[in-house]
Amino acid sequence: MSGTARHLYLHVPFCAHRCGYCDFVTAVGRRDDHGPFVEALLTELELERGTLAPDLDTIFLGGGTPTFTEPAALKRLLAALPPAREVTVEANPETVTPELAALLREGGINRVSLGAQTFQPRLLEVLDRTATPDDVRHAVRVLRDAGFDNISLDLIYGIPGQSRDDLLDDLAQALMLVPEHLSAYELEAKPGTRFTHAHGKELERQHELMETYFEIVVSTLTGAGFRWYETANFCRSPEQDGARTRDLRAHHNLGYWQVRDYLGVGIGAVSTIDGRRWRNAPSLAGYVRALAGGERPPREVEELSNEMRDTERVMLGLRLDEPIPTDEIERIVDVAELHRLEERGLVARDAAGISLTARGRSIGDAVTASLLA
Amino acid sequence: MDQQHIRNFSIIAHIDHGKSTLADRILELTHAVSKREMRAQILDSMDLERERGITIKAQAVRVTWKGHQLNLIDTPGHVDFTYEVSRSLQACEGALLVVDAAQGIEAQTLANAYLAIENDLEIVPLVNKIDLPSADPDGASQQVAELIGEDPARVLRISAKTGLGVEDVLDAIIERIPPPVGDPDAPARALIFDSSYDQYRGVVAFVRVIDGAFKPRDQLRAMALGTRFEAQEIGAMNPVMRPLEALVAGEVGYVITGLKDVSELRVGDTLTSDSKPANEPLPGYKEVKPMVFAGLFPTDADQYPELRDALEKLKLNDAALFYEPETSQALGFGFRSGFLGLLHMEIVRERLEREFDLDLIVTAPTVAYRVRAQNSPTWKEVHTPSDMPDAIDEVEEPYIKASVIVPKEFVGTVMELCSDRRGRFDNMEYLAEDRAHLTFEMPLAEIVLDFYDALKSRTRGYASFDYDYVGFRPGTLVRVDILVGGDPVDALSLVIHREFAYDRGRMLVEKLREEIPRQMFDVPIQAAIGTRVIARETVKARRKDVTAKCYGGDISRKRKLLEKQKEGKKRMKRVGGVEVPQEAFLAVLNLNDYGKK
Repeated sequence: MSGTARHLYLHVPFCAHRCGYCDFVTAVGRRDDHGPFVEALLTELELERGTLAPDLDTIFLGGGTPTFTEPAALKRLLAALPPAREVTVEANPETVTPELAALLREGGINRVSLGAQTFQPRLLEVLDRTATPDDVRHAVRVLRDAGFDNISLDLIYGIPGQSRDDLLDDLAQALMLVPEHLSAYELEAKPGTRFTHAHGKELERQHELMETYFEIVVSTLTGAGFRWYETANFCRSPEQDGARTRDLRAHHNLGYWQVRDYLGVGIGAVSTIDGRRWRNAPSLAGYVRALAGGERPPREVEELSNEMRDTERVMLGLRLDEPIPTDEIERIVDVAELHRLEERGLVARDAAGISLTARGRSIGDAVTASLLA
Repeated sequence: MDQQHIRNFSIIAHIDHGKSTLADRILELTHAVSKREMRAQILDSMDLERERGITIKAQAVRVTWKGHQLNLIDTPGHVDFTYEVSRSLQACEGALLVVDAAQGIEAQTLANAYLAIENDLEIVPLVNKIDLPSADPDGASQQVAELIGEDPARVLRISAKTGLGVEDVLDAIIERIPPPVGDPDAPARALIFDSSYDQYRGVVAFVRVIDGAFKPRDQLRAMALGTRFEAQEIGAMNPVMRPLEALVAGEVGYVITGLKDVSELRVGDTLTSDSKPANEPLPGYKEVKPMVFAGLFPTDADQYPELRDALEKLKLNDAALFYEPETSQALGFGFRSGFLGLLHMEIVRERLEREFDLDLIVTAPTVAYRVRAQNSPTWKEVHTPSDMPDAIDEVEEPYIKASVIVPKEFVGTVMELCSDRRGRFDNMEYLAEDRAHLTFEMPLAEIVLDFYDALKSRTRGYASFDYDYVGFRPGTLVRVDILVGGDPVDALSLVIHREFAYDRGRMLVEKLREEIPRQMFDVPIQAAIGTRVIARETVKARRKDVTAKCYGGDISRKRKLLEKQKEGKKRMKRVGGVEVPQEAFLAVLNLNDYGKK
């Protein structure tokens, strides 16, 4: 019996060290744990196999630093994955060697997402990143040499000490590497973390600047011909993709934004299938122990009501440049408010449906909130 | 009792000069209450009265001293209740004028003394608190003797607290205050000087019989309002209600009417027999009209029915309280309420909050204006700024005569303050070498905001203040509207002298700009007179409000945040397409809060 999910996420938590700002589920060091964890991961995948459709659209290996995983374990993991059209792995630049690139290629990976974050050495230091700007350039070259033709770079803005010029330089440096895809995130400093404590004042200042930084990111990248297809994500448009006409959006993430079902395995991973969402507990030991015994790992389960699903449909759909069909959105939102926002130039309407204008997208949370209130 | 052996008197004093303590001592000495039963200041029955040291509702107590019936008629001590005071005084032949030996004459001493003189009362002056180390009995005696034209040697010196000299006071009441001189055989006439509401027995009228007699089961009529009822019980307070066979000419007591609404029986009206009515009512009845108005809104809209019930209950005991439903787009459903004055308003507000456990938003108090709209022949009274017409031919506002007593080093300060508030200096006299009494005529509107606070702070608390209404005068007044996103916010409109409109408008607009969170678009905030904008600020639109990262693991958290925002929005009021938190209105209204800073 096969299921509905066409998107598979695998969480590989290992990192060489933990970056100060990071709030993902990670495990530092512990190279001995990599083998047993991968076994557990594959056991969970086997247990949930019935939720997956026979042919998958996407697989995403996130972390952590999946590419930091001990090579034998990584190889074993890749070999066990089902085929899919888009298979992405997250990589830290300093982990990218010709050997790793070859291993990834052989393992069926066809898209790499590189955590560049910034090209300013002093800002990399603030973020506790190990990679240098040269490492990033080197990693891209190695991946290209290995034949990867779909590379994404992650950038972070709003870093303590970052100036407008730093940001402009980061964008220029990133564009010079000619990536197929770019993600630009504002730095989210979680209250109570060491990082927030150390940079409190500066983070407040950055918070004010962030408004203009966001505008700079959008205008620079769209000016360079990138398609701003999601709030924080940009991809090369077909006309800039040489003779090819590929859709270079991150199709795995698109699955989330288009509220399709997805299976997530690994510690802390979230799945949403048939109106049911569950999150694995973040404990590595508990996860490995349960699956070693053939049991599902500890989970939190959330049943999604129709209303919740509608809310998510609008909340996520409005992050995209593609419109939501009019009848679909009008069923859910306050129609009078929709018209008001249209008059205010925040909402755009065409034959295909409703989407947000550029200004609407910049304040997408507020727009969504007012449409759903 | 024959009139020769009856004495009817009041005690009049400035706040805290010891009126209630003296009343307690009198009750004790005449054995109306034993020491054990004695609850300090027994006449002030409401908590609030005790706390504020003022008497809100007058009552009458009958005691006996050396073969005489003494009726002590308690009076409210504040200008808001001047009419009630004057009715109480009209029920007496004499008054004890109490002056604090340390403080000397204060503003309400004067106001009350003048009222007593107007009512032809015999005034027995007393200097109280002579046991205080700071007391200056000679100085105080001199001041009070001069005030009423009496020999300083005849000013009694007492300590109501210790009881020292209080027997002499009782003797002086019998010796100096004349007995009543009504006609026991004439048709019955009694002055209603107070009323209260008892939830089981209905309206209770407190009366002074002038002529004739009243008996239980008599069919009675209130002459001004025409209300008819049967006297269900007649009696006197001693100090609790004691039924009697009759109340005769000269006596003071109560009549239980069975009426269900205090407004059917007004203070100042004359009771007479329905079958054998008097020809003429007693003089001086007038309908009291509220002078100060404010909107009362529940902070939580769900409390509206409770607010309505609470006002209904208060109104049973307070015929002067006026209210009608008011709807504000900014504050929701509430009541436009009218009060005799600021203290009355503050008392009502506190009783609503304290006794009825309501959380209220009170809009800036405003006065009653008389307006003739452009090309309209008729005058109308306006109690809400937003009802003020745009185009006005004539407008009048209530004026008061303000009376201020201060140590002389503050005379300049007071002059300056009053002239800043559009006051016109009227007169100054020295009550003693270093104490001056100043009078001004000024618009009531100028004191409803924060005049009293300003006066107190600029005179380091030494000034005492009182006022009396002197009527309506033409004014150069304009309505200032506050607009958010182009729409006027009704609750924030105000009527103000043209000269102050610009400053006030700018202040309100700046405050609102600080308080209104940034929205999805620029929000203009304006102050305008008619269509002319006099101040403008802009709440700039947010440029970024979107979560950067939103992947599979973030969705639930993000959705929950959205649901929370939805809840928060329920507390927002929508004005001009703008979500405005209620706190923003409160902050602006607090700018106008005269009472609590």
